[in-house]
Amino acid sequence: MAQVLEVANVSKSFTMHLRGGVVLPVMRDVSFGVAAGECVVLAGPSGIGKSSILKMIFGSYRCDHGLIRVHHAPHATDIAQAPPREIIALRQRVIAYVSQFLRAIPRVAALDVAAEPLIASGTAREAARERAASLLAYLNVPERLRGLPPATFSGGEQQRVNIARGFVGEHPLLLLDEPTASLDAENRAAVVQLINERKRRGAAIVAIVHDLDVRDAIADRLIDVTAFSAAA
Amino acid sequence: MLDAHVIESAGADAAVLADQPLLISEGLTKWYGRQLGCRDVSFELYAGEVLAIVGESGSGKSTLLQMLAGQMAITAGRVLYRMRDGATRDLATLTEAERRFLFRTDWGYVQQDATLGLRMGVSAGGNVGERLMAVGWRHYGKIRHEAESWLDRVEIDSARIDESPRSFSGGMRQRLQIARNLVTAPRLVLMDEPTGGLDVSVQARLLDLLRRLVQDLSLAAVVVTHDLAVARLLSQRIMVMKGGRVIEQGLTDQVLDDPQEPYTQLLVSSVVPV
Amino acid sequence: MSERTYNFAYLDEQTKRMIRRALLKAVAIPGYQVPFASREMPMPYGWGTGGVQVTAAVLGPDDVLKVIDQGSDDTTNAVSIRKFFAKTAGVRTTTHTEEATVIQTRHRIPEQTLTADQILVFQVPIPEPLRFLEPRETETRRMHALAEYGVMHVKLYEDIARHGHIATTYAYPASVADRYVMDPSPIPKFDNPKLDDCAALQLFGAGREKRIYAIPPHTKVVSLDFEDHPFERYRHDAPCALCGATDSFLDEVITDDRGARMFVCSDSDYCERRRESAASAPKPVSAEAPHA
Repeated sequence: MAQVLEVANVSKSFTMHLRGGVVLPVMRDVSFGVAAGECVVLAGPSGIGKSSILKMIFGSYRCDHGLIRVHHAPHATDIAQAPPREIIALRQRVIAYVSQFLRAIPRVAALDVAAEPLIASGTAREAARERAASLLAYLNVPERLRGLPPATFSGGEQQRVNIARGFVGEHPLLLLDEPTASLDAENRAAVVQLINERKRRGAAIVAIVHDLDVRDAIADRLIDVTAFSAAA
Repeated sequence: MLDAHVIESAGADAAVLADQPLLISEGLTKWYGRQLGCRDVSFELYAGEVLAIVGESGSGKSTLLQMLAGQMAITAGRVLYRMRDGATRDLATLTEAERRFLFRTDWGYVQQDATLGLRMGVSAGGNVGERLMAVGWRHYGKIRHEAESWLDRVEIDSARIDESPRSFSGGMRQRLQIARNLVTAPRLVLMDEPTGGLDVSVQARLLDLLRRLVQDLSLAAVVVTHDLAVARLLSQRIMVMKGGRVIEQGLTDQVLDDPQEPYTQLLVSSVVPV
Repeated sequence: MSERTYNFAYLDEQTKRMIRRALLKAVAIPGYQVPFASREMPMPYGWGTGGVQVTAAVLGPDDVLKVIDQGSDDTTNAVSIRKFFAKTAGVRTTTHTEEATVIQTRHRIPEQTLTADQILVFQVPIPEPLRFLEPRETETRRMHALAEYGVMHVKLYEDIARHGHIATTYAYPASVADRYVMDPSPIPKFDNPKLDDCAALQLFGAGREKRIYAIPPHTKVVSLDFEDHPFERYRHDAPCALCGATDSFLDEVITDDRGARMFVCSDSDYCERRRESAASAPKPVSAEAPHA
């Protein structure tokens, strides 16, 4: 199947200028690829830098060297070198990111939080909200909550809104950071089904999952990130 | 099991980033005698993009905005703008008439102090309608109707259309100023500390409104602010300035989550999380 | 016979030349306010010094001068200015509109249609129509230069919003030759249509503000309005109590303490002529308002 993501020799370190310039190396020579319809799970202990890899792919973090190529026929873009406007365009239609914690604007209703990526890429507001509503329904977020801002929701409810937001568009590359961490068994199963269905539709998925059952249910390949760790 | 939905695109401009930049700043520099205002600022802004310019007092961000808006003479560099007819013009080559017309129609400028951006002696409706009348609208009923719908859009009770902004709160005045600027469907809006001086809850409401308007109208905007939260909320791109120079620029979330320069790291770490 | 101590029409020839140059500019650019070096006159600002200077510059020994104030020849202002020119220029003066070659007026245009042989000189207090909304002179000059007249319609909009109709009843702004917007001086809006396509030369002088402007003969003058609130002349709905005219601008005169009032032609000459011709004409059997 077509290669969607190519990560080659990516290295990342943080330079803490406020701490006298101390350098914290994180990753060295990270290399892997993901094909359409494939789910790759990044494995490794906490704090090793798995989330950093996802953030570099999304463009939230810089990388020191290396190549992060995203294929979106007929183009291919290297996130590591691309100008901001290309990355913005990719985020609208190609790459979706479900972060570990929902970081939503305090006063926006859950339905609008979930619908936003569709609206940003050009869908009419009403159609986007309908799609978001059906996703929220699938994820068992009750209707009475959809008009409320998620700030007061439980961790699990917030995460489900976050997932809806990540899945509302038909982005061919999905980055999932602990999508089921705060969910009960029923909702975990629903998310697993959502992920697998996306895979069947050709999405490429890179996920961080600690729960072994979920991992087994979605992963086509496991990548042990410890091999790339740069920490001393 | 979910059905595969087919989503019809509304054809909104947000989905289509134009091929040509809308606004280009080339090496903009301002010297006040021997005092540096800002130096060598270059960027390109495309339709639908919001660029935040952040910095502390004296960073040069306001100087930059005023030069972009043609309100301050440029020492060196150029500002180029793609007009509605598609031609990209150096603003310095426009006649004064052309420039003033541009600023009344295709551009908006939201001042920090709303009293400077409004006619305080004129009713809210008159304030919103002025730009329309300036471009030739001559039907009172239509002007009023348009003003009413804009007041609704910025969440001002349209029953207050005949009141003077003197009776409005700070947040309402700012929203009125926004309506006044957006009524001629400008493609570019410059904002100078749009939430400055407002109460926190009022700021929040204003920011939500701005976000929605920018998105719905596919506006390009340059927002000058000292508040990183405003930058994170409104912009996709950010430029950090200090002492008249650009320290760092790029994607907003990237610069704020993974700041590279010492000053940027200092700025980001100085914000107390709530 | 008093010794003649004044130059003809009071002003020295150099000053008249300067004012005439300003007048030429004004006529060349209809509606544009030409700055001029307004002189000290023997009457204070606010008493028609601008109009007097313009009249003094255009007056010749063969001219016949009429001076009116609010339409009347016999109010203080009109009388003293007429006497002033009689003394300093020795010109013939008249109260009859059709006899005059130069008519100086404060706040009215005569009812009688003017001819190509006549010059109408207006006394203007504030020449700048944009002043009420824009106090800065630098800005108003720029607005005129760039023809940025949106604010004029804002004023009219405000009127309609506040009063339901355009409430400006005098000094009603008008667009001259499709270019400059001017303040026609505090004439009632009833008179605005007379500015348009007038056969006479119309000159405007503001002494305190030091501006001169002009409407050449047969120039297009259009009063500003909205499509759905078109310009309307306002006139009291009554015939003149003295001459019965139904087409002249009326003054309202209160006749007693209980609010009784009557409406009388503002243009005293016009009213008198109508009464004279009614008296001398053979009496038809028709309804004719009795005259005093």
